[in-house]
Amino acid sequence: MRPAAGHPARAAGRSLPGAGAMTLGYNTLVVLAGCALLGLAAGTVGAFALLRGRALVADAVGHAALPGVVLAAMIVATLGHDPRSLPPLLAGAALAGVLGVLAVQALARTRRIREDAAIAIVLSSFYAVGVALLSYVQTMPGAAQAGLTKFILGQAAAMRAEDALWAGAVATLALALCLLLFQRLRAACFDPDFARVQGMSAARTDLALLGLIVTVTVAGLQAVGLILIVALLVLPAATARLLTYRLPRLLLLSAVVGAASGAAGAAASAAAPDLPTGAAVVLAGAACFTLALLFSPDRGLVPEALRRARRRLAAAEEHFLRAAWEAQEAAGAGPGTAGDRWTPIAALAAARGWAEARAWRLARWLALRGLVALSERQVHLTPRGAAAARRAVRAHRAVEHHLLAIGAADTAGADRLADLVEHGLSPEAASRLLPEPSSLPASPHALGGKP
Amino acid sequence: MTALDLLRLDLPALLAALLACATCGLLGSFLVLRRESLLGDALSHAVLPGIIAGFALTGARAGLPMLAGALVAALAATLLITLVRRAARIESGAATGAVFTTFFAGGLVLMEVSGARSVDLDLDCVLFGQLETLVWLEATGWGSLLDAQALAGLPRQLHLLAGVGLAVALVVAALWRPLKLLCFDPDYAAALGFPARRLELALNMLVAAAAVAAFEAVGSILVVAMLVCPAAAMRLLTDDYRTQVLGGAALGAALGVAGYALAGPLPAAAGMALSLNAAGVIGTLGGLAVALAALLRSRAPGRAATA
Repeated sequence: MRPAAGHPARAAGRSLPGAGAMTLGYNTLVVLAGCALLGLAAGTVGAFALLRGRALVADAVGHAALPGVVLAAMIVATLGHDPRSLPPLLAGAALAGVLGVLAVQALARTRRIREDAAIAIVLSSFYAVGVALLSYVQTMPGAAQAGLTKFILGQAAAMRAEDALWAGAVATLALALCLLLFQRLRAACFDPDFARVQGMSAARTDLALLGLIVTVTVAGLQAVGLILIVALLVLPAATARLLTYRLPRLLLLSAVVGAASGAAGAAASAAAPDLPTGAAVVLAGAACFTLALLFSPDRGLVPEALRRARRRLAAAEEHFLRAAWEAQEAAGAGPGTAGDRWTPIAALAAARGWAEARAWRLARWLALRGLVALSERQVHLTPRGAAAARRAVRAHRAVEHHLLAIGAADTAGADRLADLVEHGLSPEAASRLLPEPSSLPASPHALGGKP
Repeated sequence: MTALDLLRLDLPALLAALLACATCGLLGSFLVLRRESLLGDALSHAVLPGIIAGFALTGARAGLPMLAGALVAALAATLLITLVRRAARIESGAATGAVFTTFFAGGLVLMEVSGARSVDLDLDCVLFGQLETLVWLEATGWGSLLDAQALAGLPRQLHLLAGVGLAVALVVAALWRPLKLLCFDPDYAAALGFPARRLELALNMLVAAAAVAAFEAVGSILVVAMLVCPAAAMRLLTDDYRTQVLGGAALGAALGVAGYALAGPLPAAAGMALSLNAAGVIGTLGGLAVALAALLRSRAPGRAATA
């Protein structure tokens, strides 16, 4: 049922092989621009759809469009017109898409079936009707079925310039409406109460949003295909959501990612016409999303892991420095005094309950940072290290004293709890918690090996 | 139409439709009751790259490698959906949509790149199913139904479907009560010490297995109709767990048989030259069943008031 390699739309639509690749013919450029515009509109509408929790409606609309497209082609062919002309097909798709949305809402109103089940039912059964109709059309004489299957997975390479112009025009319309309704949509997404007070009915706004989703979906059918069009609304918006919290920036980013995905899909389709354009568009969008998911400064997985590792390292550093300080104290000599002495790393490891290898790694790292001096198997706090160690000890004891003072823990418990809490404590906060802010209080428990 | 034609051409397809729809109908109830219908949609799309990879690696359209690949893909998709939802903090619907479309697109590209498509795993099968291509050429007469050698010649899709169907039925029977608890009160189930997370995962894997087995019969997208429609129709009609689950399976089986019969054999028997895509007709009937159930429900005032 795939369109035959040399069917008329394709032969008429694409510039000659070879020549097209060399010069990027007019047709290719128009299709590229159309797809980019489409992605721009889908990204913008998709951002609102995502914020309003309506993103998957596009999935239902896309699949539901199939019977509309097929029926429209049948009717047009029966009337004796060219069944490949785009406007009637898009009108059929829009009509069926609206029917699909209404069916989803009607099913969700039964309350027994939630919206997600309603979406699954509508998309699969409408699509099934389309499949059955498609198999019927193929037994019909004439060329009604020519190229209909490209609506399923999309084939930008088979688009004629006028098709791309149509898609671009519809996308522009959706974009313009979206910007016109900006205030309403923003209020509905972020402050439904404010919207109500302002006299904007939430139901009407949602209806407008659904209309926009249908419009964009229908515009994208030929280029992206009805199965994957939902991704063009979801992926750019989700990418933008990872990168920013501010609505204008979110819309802009989503639109840019959408446009890039659309253009990348069209380019891939021009280079490899057998590749379903929808798949290329989705994979381009998915690549953007994956990059954002991994590397977004605020929410990305890699920066998050780095932040966590850095926090853990900082905590371990403070523990090491404090253990070195307390080893001195236990020996009865303060750092910088005459009795200043070197501490064996093995003793520090024992005091912290660490494996010796770990203590060694930390010792080398701190030596590199100039906080301790390393000699033989022993460490010694440098002046900078002693200052840092003193801060750590103060923070630790401040928390310990506080916990003991309010009776929240016994001595051993306070020590353990303080180990967890002390790292975020600023010196000022530590001073407030201490009974005598200026001095370094004695440890409430014996120093040395961990229990 | 002769009896031999019936055996050779219609019986395998009919059996495949019956098995696929009954298995999916049985599992669908758990999806609908657990409010995870979208997961059925997602898994049936997400198994595609796994199927293609299993196919490309072994070079044969054998059941088990494809099943294994599909299960891996389904597992990866489930984990990724959870990861994306947590990390990106977007609603689960959008996270699901982002992941399964990516998997499906990946499957399509893999199909193109690996050359799997040129052999016999083609796009038509993914998009429309190919119930009509299942034939049993070894059949020589009614006696073949008892002949082990002839039975071995049944299309291997049927073997896979029967195996998966049996496994699903056994698991559902064995876990009848825990599954019920999981559907209606997952917190209580967890408090009782049922491994709720593992049960959910097992259920998802069963859905993925059913999606693969049914995939060749009805295609990637119509699996969704089989999973959700019978279960949703029953959900509108009954409050009883047993009726819901077993009724879903029965309704699915009935839809499968009726859909296949309406698509070709019946019109042909009536002398009409009408031949429709069987999977399409089955899915259409599924939608009609839900619509009918919704109508029945709205007409019954007592039920509507208690809802």
